[in-house]
Amino acid sequence: MTTPLLKVEHLTMRFGGLTAIGDLSFEAHSGQITALIGPNGAGKTTVFNCITGFYKPTEGMITLTQPDGQKLLLERLPGHDINWKGRVARTFQNIRLFGGMTLLENLLVAQHNVLMNASGLSILGIFGARSYKRAEKEAIELAEYWLEKTGLIDRADDAAADLPYGDQRRLEIARAMCTQPLLLCLDEPAAGLNPRESLLLNDLLISICREHKTSILLIEHDMSVVMQISDHVVVLDYGRKIADGPPDAVKNDPKVIAAYLGVEDDEVEKTEAEIATIAAHAKGDAR
Amino acid sequence: MAQASLDAKPAAQPTRFERAFKDAFIAALVMLGLSVPILALRAEQNMSNEVILIPRPWLVVICCLIVFVGRLLLGLFVFNRAPGAKPLVETPSAVKTAWAKFAPYAAQVGLGAIIAYPLVALYLGGPQGAIKWIDNFGIQILIYIMLGWGLNIVVGLAGLLDLGYVAFYAVGAYSYALIATKVIPATFPDLGVWAFWICLPVAGILAAMWGVILGFPVLRLRGDYLAIVTLAFGEIIRLVLINWVDFSGGYAGISSIPRPSFFGIPFNASESGFAARFGLEFSPIYRTIFLYYVILVLALVTAFVTIRLRRLPVGRAWEALREDEIACRSLGINTVSTKLTAFATGALFGGFAGAFFAARQGFISPESFVFLESAQILAIVVLGGMGSLFGVVIASIALVGGIEILRELDFLKAIFGSDFDPTQYRMLIFGLAMVLMMLWKPRGLISHREPTVFLKERKSISGSLVQEGHG
Ligand SMILES: Nc1ncnc2c1ncn2[C@@H]1O[C@H](COP(=O)(O)OP(=O)(O)OP(=O)(O)O)[C@@H](O)[C@H]1O
Ligand SMILES: [Mg+2]
Repeated sequence: MTTPLLKVEHLTMRFGGLTAIGDLSFEAHSGQITALIGPNGAGKTTVFNCITGFYKPTEGMITLTQPDGQKLLLERLPGHDINWKGRVARTFQNIRLFGGMTLLENLLVAQHNVLMNASGLSILGIFGARSYKRAEKEAIELAEYWLEKTGLIDRADDAAADLPYGDQRRLEIARAMCTQPLLLCLDEPAAGLNPRESLLLNDLLISICREHKTSILLIEHDMSVVMQISDHVVVLDYGRKIADGPPDAVKNDPKVIAAYLGVEDDEVEKTEAEIATIAAHAKGDAR
Repeated sequence: MAQASLDAKPAAQPTRFERAFKDAFIAALVMLGLSVPILALRAEQNMSNEVILIPRPWLVVICCLIVFVGRLLLGLFVFNRAPGAKPLVETPSAVKTAWAKFAPYAAQVGLGAIIAYPLVALYLGGPQGAIKWIDNFGIQILIYIMLGWGLNIVVGLAGLLDLGYVAFYAVGAYSYALIATKVIPATFPDLGVWAFWICLPVAGILAAMWGVILGFPVLRLRGDYLAIVTLAFGEIIRLVLINWVDFSGGYAGISSIPRPSFFGIPFNASESGFAARFGLEFSPIYRTIFLYYVILVLALVTAFVTIRLRRLPVGRAWEALREDEIACRSLGINTVSTKLTAFATGALFGGFAGAFFAARQGFISPESFVFLESAQILAIVVLGGMGSLFGVVIASIALVGGIEILRELDFLKAIFGSDFDPTQYRMLIFGLAMVLMMLWKPRGLISHREPTVFLKERKSISGSLVQEGHG
């Protein structure tokens, strides 16, 4: 087996007495969509925050392997370098756009470091250097590409806060993609979308993964999305991994079903009927 | 009265007038309670140095009446309006359409007026009368415009609330004053006439350096904490200037600071002075006019750099930082260095303005750099509309010019008697005007934001969508 793109080993995160993640290990392989699922409060967002440098993990190691074979320890990098050097991009569960800026501006801010270098740390830029103009033009072209791809091109000059919810979610993905990441971490991208938008999102994610060599780590509550698009599923409950494997195997795992229904092990039988219907439902969706 | 008819017992419901009357009566009572201890008696000394109390019942009555009538009017016409009603003061549509036609040319027209201003003042006021108008109004306002534009980078663009901006102004002023009065005479006395032109960049750079020194520890703080620490920093600089007498002269300040030369030609009555060289009769007005254009150019450089920076990645990063710092970090933006550049750039222009201030005054002391100064610059930025260069201009003219104009309130003596000192009411009138202004335009005069780049069409963004920053 090839080396995984992202390798999380023995990751533990404590907040005071609360262990939000306990000894979690999993891998995400390049060219795949890895889903991270689990009931509310399982610690999924906390895993993202550790990977993207917003929290320093209490224990554990997060290794990212670059295409040239170089290994980066993400928990040691300063927050902003995880995106720039490590090439990991993310979106947020509660959307964080630059609301007062236009869509295009949002996507240009995402290319900050590239443009900053082209502008000679602003000094060449102030004098209107040709090289900076060229770099900005390229940046705008990349932004246009992603606006086109997410179907937002007609609203390029509107304020991001003016967009409807579903569009804001897609804009956030476009913005993350403008940093040209190796790994894209999406925190519940389908939350609040209607079924049609959700289907479009699936296509977008699959195309990002297949055409742009960007692997995806996905937190999702909507099981149908997870089952349809993910190659690999990791299930968390109370900060611990309870299952890990291909979607078909995971969805029939009794521990997963129990965790999702919030029942004790001995109560499983009582709710068997419910479980059966849910499993049938999930199977239907998977087709 | 739709509401009354919906009520089950309309008769029991007090009418609007009754309610307003009752409310006004209570307010007047409160005023009475307040004014009796404060206003009713005035303590004075008589010939034999004894304290005598002069009763002033009428003053109390008048004050209570003012409160009563004011509150009644408010109760009748302002409060309890139906939700969703039109704003109290609305811009008339005629004004709006006229403004829409004028707006594209506003910058050019404004710039033309500002360039022509000293000449017009000279023509209207003569060499003697014009000095006051060019100096007290023109130069004063331009200094504040420049300071406003400098602070606008920090507060308006990057969203960092800096209450100690005057510190950088002080650093610039003292840098110039000390270098020009001590360092240059001791080292290269020949360069004396060029002192201003040499020290200007030095003062700016020193101020920017202080911006970075302050920024490093402080910029990890957010919101209120940042505001308080910057405020303290401003005070510390002032206290150091007061107490480190050997260095800064303490309260006495630094005097006989060299004035700027006309690129090497001093403005004096000598043979080699400006007037003699150009075959003019000597008059202080030339220097004043020259100073006016110097600060104008400095201010325009500030504006130019700000406009350019806004369209560069660093400027966009500042605004993005104001919108959402966490998102910035997730996009690989080094938030600390981005904030530092904002701080340093703002400080740089504050330093330039400070050096100019010292050169124009010829004398500086810590008195010129009190907190009120920071507050006034901040008021200009907020009143102008955060991030708007044009708003800062209007706000400076209104605030600084307004305060100066209010000095000329002598005619009020005719109404209130010769005891009445109008200058004492300056700040009161001024404060009232600010409150009214903020009722009318709560997000500043120019609240919309112009995007820095566009694909098809430039659409300005409503102020209500733009974040104000939180540290
Ligand atoms: N900064 C923090 N300080 C203290 N506790 C935290 C912090 N962040 C998260 N937690 C706790 O960690 C646990 C996991 O939270 P997390 O947000 O990761 O869950 P989640 O799996 O993303 O849930 P959801 O599906 O609701 O988004 C929760 O109990 C939460 O209260
Ligand atoms: Mg979450």
